[in-house]
Amino acid sequence: MREYESHLSKAFIIVFSLVCVAFFSVPLLWLLTAPFTPKTTLAVEIPANPTLENFRRVFDNSFAIRALFRNNLIIAGGAMLMVSTVATLASYGLSRTRLPGKNTLVYVLMLFSSVVGGTAAMVPLFLLAHNLHLIDTHLGVILVLTGGLLPAAIFMMRDFVESIPRSYEEAAIVYGASPLRIFCDIAFPLIRPGVAVVAIWTFVNAWGAFLIPVVMLRNPKNMPASVALYSFYSEAGTPIHTLVAAYAFLYGIPVLVLYLLVNWRFGFRFFGGIKS
Amino acid sequence: MQFGPLYVSDTEGYDVEKRPGIFSGKIGVAFLAPALVFVAIFLILPFFWIFYLSFTNRTLTGITAAHPEFVGLANYERLFDTDRWMRLGEFGNALWITARFVLGSAILGQAVVGLTIAWFFYRRKGFLRELVFTTAVLAWIIPEVVVAFAWSAFLDVDRGTLNTILAALGLGKPDWLFDHPLLSIIIFNTWRGSAFSILLFSSALETIPPSYVETADVVGASGWRKFRDIFFPLMRGHILTDLILITLWTFNVFTPFLLTGGGPRFKTELVSIYTYRTAFKFFEFGKGSAIAVVMMLINLTLAMGYLIMLRRQKVAS
Repeated sequence: MREYESHLSKAFIIVFSLVCVAFFSVPLLWLLTAPFTPKTTLAVEIPANPTLENFRRVFDNSFAIRALFRNNLIIAGGAMLMVSTVATLASYGLSRTRLPGKNTLVYVLMLFSSVVGGTAAMVPLFLLAHNLHLIDTHLGVILVLTGGLLPAAIFMMRDFVESIPRSYEEAAIVYGASPLRIFCDIAFPLIRPGVAVVAIWTFVNAWGAFLIPVVMLRNPKNMPASVALYSFYSEAGTPIHTLVAAYAFLYGIPVLVLYLLVNWRFGFRFFGGIKS
Repeated sequence: MQFGPLYVSDTEGYDVEKRPGIFSGKIGVAFLAPALVFVAIFLILPFFWIFYLSFTNRTLTGITAAHPEFVGLANYERLFDTDRWMRLGEFGNALWITARFVLGSAILGQAVVGLTIAWFFYRRKGFLRELVFTTAVLAWIIPEVVVAFAWSAFLDVDRGTLNTILAALGLGKPDWLFDHPLLSIIIFNTWRGSAFSILLFSSALETIPPSYVETADVVGASGWRKFRDIFFPLMRGHILTDLILITLWTFNVFTPFLLTGGGPRFKTELVSIYTYRTAFKFFEFGKGSAIAVVMMLINLTLAMGYLIMLRRQKVAS
């Protein structure tokens, strides 16, 4: 009887897991088959004669390729450098200084950035960029993205910084090392995993950004891939499914690779421990 | 923001604040300075600027672009014009759609799915758990235009995967985006964002001392009793933190626009989409800012409400 029950519960675990996997993966299956299908179809079917022709045609669209391999790299790379540098410095400063109310400050700042950094602030951010002559520049997009992502990045970064021991730094102070030197030579090497996680998190966020580039950029030459995807729509506004799928496939791959990287190096979960 | 931090800790009651610093306050501020500049320019300044703009008739081009006039509450009066504000494509309609969208996809959707999956895989390791978590995370982090495009194929009436499955089960072929647009974006957003809640709740469950559960096992408590009497009380803080964040994110999310464009006939026009349309299709920056002000005030009220509950819960425990 017990054995029967354990079989039953094992079957239940498998069924439940498969339902979850299906829920999360089935909507994306079409993206795996359509790019290799010669003719347009919305059905998920393994193509009888898989082809790379769609990718060849995608590469003929120099506007879209420039968007993906140049503009997107500039925007996501730039935001990654900015956010990880500024967030690391800030969380280190917060951690090593006695500042009453700093936990609440960071928490409130993150909530605040969720409220202001979303769609609500589109107009002032646009005007701000306009006044600073940053409209239609990648720098403008990078700065605005950085401002929005920074509070959450500091929030994540802090626990990495709190978890490293201070004794080396204290010893260095005794020997008269400057704070910047202590940060660069002692603290930074220890918090590198945290920096890597925050950097990749920022990269992936900026890589997928749509609304901010749309609002901030004018010249098609500067647009990132999220906008360039729509260059595979016909003039009537209907997508050429095979090409959009092929381009979306190329656009999604880096995210998948970075996810696998983080998962392999650090294990993708909530980093550090949750304190209750 | 497309997706939130991978890591949320319950920072209050955390004794790092009481540790002595190794640097003086001045040096600490120097490390913080770049972040403070960013926050001041890109968060605090826009916040006050929105209030100011909402009292003007600022537009993108024309005379009112260079010399906007102060119009008092005119923008707000237009938003809350009671004769028409509940009509399709108006502000009240957008607010009502957003309220149902947040309730459906953040609270009933993501939080419940997240808690169920995290609870189910509690103390279970292995391939199936990895597979579920991986697929959920991918749904969360793939660029939004890509998932929106995949979903428009997925929901296609005739050949879409969903209707192919439903038809095979004899359940018919509903036209999702046309006949059930709000339900479609609720399911879509639940699918998109559940990973955050799954990860948060899984980490929260791991902090619960195994001895509590073992004791409950010894006395033969049922799964539901264990959840109600052990896990739920210990996780209440995490549940509130999760609800705060996903409510704010869902309230501000723009991704459904990429799936439905706000249609058909404004039936999925969330407040974020309404703001975008007003400000960047009609270039009425003054009115767009008035919408943003109302939106931010609602968000701040919600956040305050959750924070008060969080505090009360802390005091109680």
